[in-house]
Amino acid sequence: MKYTLAVLVENRPGVLTHISGLISRRAFNIESIAAGHSEEADTTRITIDVEVDDEIELEQVVNQLSKLIDVIKIINLTHVDPIQRELVLIKVRANPVTRADIINIVDIFRAKIVDVNRETMVIELTGEQTKIDALCEVLHDYEIIEIARTGKIALSRGPIAAKDM
Amino acid sequence: MEMIGAQAVIESLKNEGVEVVFGYPGGAVLTLYDALYKSEFPHVLTRHEQGAVHAADGYARATGKVGVCFATSGPGGTNLITGIATAYMDSVPLVAITGQVGVSLIGKDSFQEADICGITTPITKHNYLVKKVQDLPRILKEAFHIARTGRPGPVVVDISKDVFNATFDYEYPETVSLRGYSGSIIGQAADIEAAVAELKQARKPLIFVGGGVNISDTAAEFREFIQLTGFPVITSLMGLGCIPNHAEENLGMVGMHGTYAANMATTECDVLVGIGVRFDDRVTGVVNQFAPKAKILHFDIDPAEINKNVRVDLRVVGDLKWALPLLCQTIAADKTMDWKGQTAPWREQVYTWKKDQPLVYRQTPDVIMPQQVIETVSRLAGDDDIIVTDVGQHQMWTAQFYNFRSPRTLMTSGGLGTMGYGLPAAIGAQVGHPDKAVVLISGDGSIMMNCQEFATAANNGFPVKTIVMNNQVLGMVTQWQRMFYGERYSQSTLKGQTDFVKLAEAMGATGFRITKPDELEAVLRQALATEGPVLVDVQLPEVEDVLPMVPVGGRLDQMILGG
Repeated sequence: MKYTLAVLVENRPGVLTHISGLISRRAFNIESIAAGHSEEADTTRITIDVEVDDEIELEQVVNQLSKLIDVIKIINLTHVDPIQRELVLIKVRANPVTRADIINIVDIFRAKIVDVNRETMVIELTGEQTKIDALCEVLHDYEIIEIARTGKIALSRGPIAAKDM
Repeated sequence: MEMIGAQAVIESLKNEGVEVVFGYPGGAVLTLYDALYKSEFPHVLTRHEQGAVHAADGYARATGKVGVCFATSGPGGTNLITGIATAYMDSVPLVAITGQVGVSLIGKDSFQEADICGITTPITKHNYLVKKVQDLPRILKEAFHIARTGRPGPVVVDISKDVFNATFDYEYPETVSLRGYSGSIIGQAADIEAAVAELKQARKPLIFVGGGVNISDTAAEFREFIQLTGFPVITSLMGLGCIPNHAEENLGMVGMHGTYAANMATTECDVLVGIGVRFDDRVTGVVNQFAPKAKILHFDIDPAEINKNVRVDLRVVGDLKWALPLLCQTIAADKTMDWKGQTAPWREQVYTWKKDQPLVYRQTPDVIMPQQVIETVSRLAGDDDIIVTDVGQHQMWTAQFYNFRSPRTLMTSGGLGTMGYGLPAAIGAQVGHPDKAVVLISGDGSIMMNCQEFATAANNGFPVKTIVMNNQVLGMVTQWQRMFYGERYSQSTLKGQTDFVKLAEAMGATGFRITKPDELEAVLRQALATEGPVLVDVQLPEVEDVLPMVPVGGRLDQMILGG
């Protein structure tokens, strides 16, 4: 099963390497990892999607990560129905014939066109991973030149911050 | 106070109560060594950086203090790796201070540059690269705090050459502030109550004691717990010494080379209580058949050890210094329980196993048996003498046949299984305990891996006594080749021209050789009584197996027995 963890860490060089290195050398599988500054300047928030067999294996991931000195807190967001988003940029081949179709698709997905030229378009979409997967799937009918995805980030609903959960 | 970074390192060591450093100088740490020289700080020069880190490790295990070693950048640092990994696997408090190239040269593949932080990340509790001298006091304070608190472990502080030379206003912090780390781990009292409730139900309880009890210096509390309950005990390799070998309740070591009684008791018990153990695969055999009838309780300071290898039914997470006294208190307070009465039939059963299937070996009149060597050393040694081993058959024979009586009397590379650990670790243990006898039991394979350290022992007059169990082969390798590889002894024969007595003499130590059983005791006595470092080359038969043995993938009760 897939679990979503929010990991609050000290904002120090190499900390992302420590986290990802620990997960991989303990033979756990990272599906997605995304890091960025948090509301506190000295704290980085890393969202990890990890694929494990069961809760006991997840407990191992959490406990092993907790041992890293730079890890401040780990919150399992899986069961709190968090808001989950990912950002994708897709560069797709677009000529005068296909352009209108692509614009239609972009509208349906409520995505944005952020760059157009004579041969290509770049499409931006923010949404849940399934929605992004679906857009990519549809655009495969046209020629996708490249895709850049950020990996998932997640935030719980309500007034309580992860660090206080 | 105004000083340079190198002086600040020495001052910080003094502030941390460090008594001695093991190390080897080089380009990037010249300024540090200059500061060492000026301050006359005690330092043991080993003959290899690997020797320095193992010596710091042996010192730490023997004393419970943090072991410290120095090495220069690049190859100096990489030569520490095996020792750092060894310390990590066995939870040894260690601070390794390495030199790094100048800040402007970092990342340029400069001369003697290696990314020591990157290399040591998987094998350290934490590590630091120091590029600014102002950070040095805080980082050193944190490094020692992390190394010695909680579950101890090695910390690497990699210091750029510039930092040693830079001048700043030195002030050592009084406290450590780490948001994500708490050194003291006090658990939940309710967990202890739940554990006692579980123990009350047990008819066939078994206590499995590990290195955590040695590390946390709680052997006395542990022995009190056993005294209160009368529960039988099995030990891991790292747990030897926590309870005397000759104690009635002690069934001996469990696992691959464990005793019949320990392995049978594990298979048949209804409650198994692991205390400061990590259920290593050399202990469990095939995991899903380990203690198949038992509820498993696990006491450990490290929550990540719970459910890592073996799924447990009840956990007590916390420092054993907190848990064991509370456990004893709770048990002692309950006057209604007749612990010994309730488990009498079980205890009778395990003691029958112990009596009927003791550890045995065949005795032959003309050949010195390795087990006999260990028994003789054990007889001649005092209760608090420190025994160090290398890795291989001799290590397992020591674990089986040496009569351990006190905690912190066995130094051995349990987790990583590092050949070459023994001699430098013995030197470290001797430095930590100058008044105690330190005996190294090694093999003809292991001793060669760091034999250069005889020079360190001889030059400093460290009276380490080394017994080389010389069977002319890589014993454990040949045992496996005999048992599982159709007797194809691929590259495991060491028979050759090496004269260990001359080797010792060449380095400035005294050498003895024993070739006949009737010389054994007299020469060992003489060796132990000889001043300074001594090597005893004991000539053993090539073919002798460590038994009992549970083959890999086997169940604990499916042992191959010896005798």
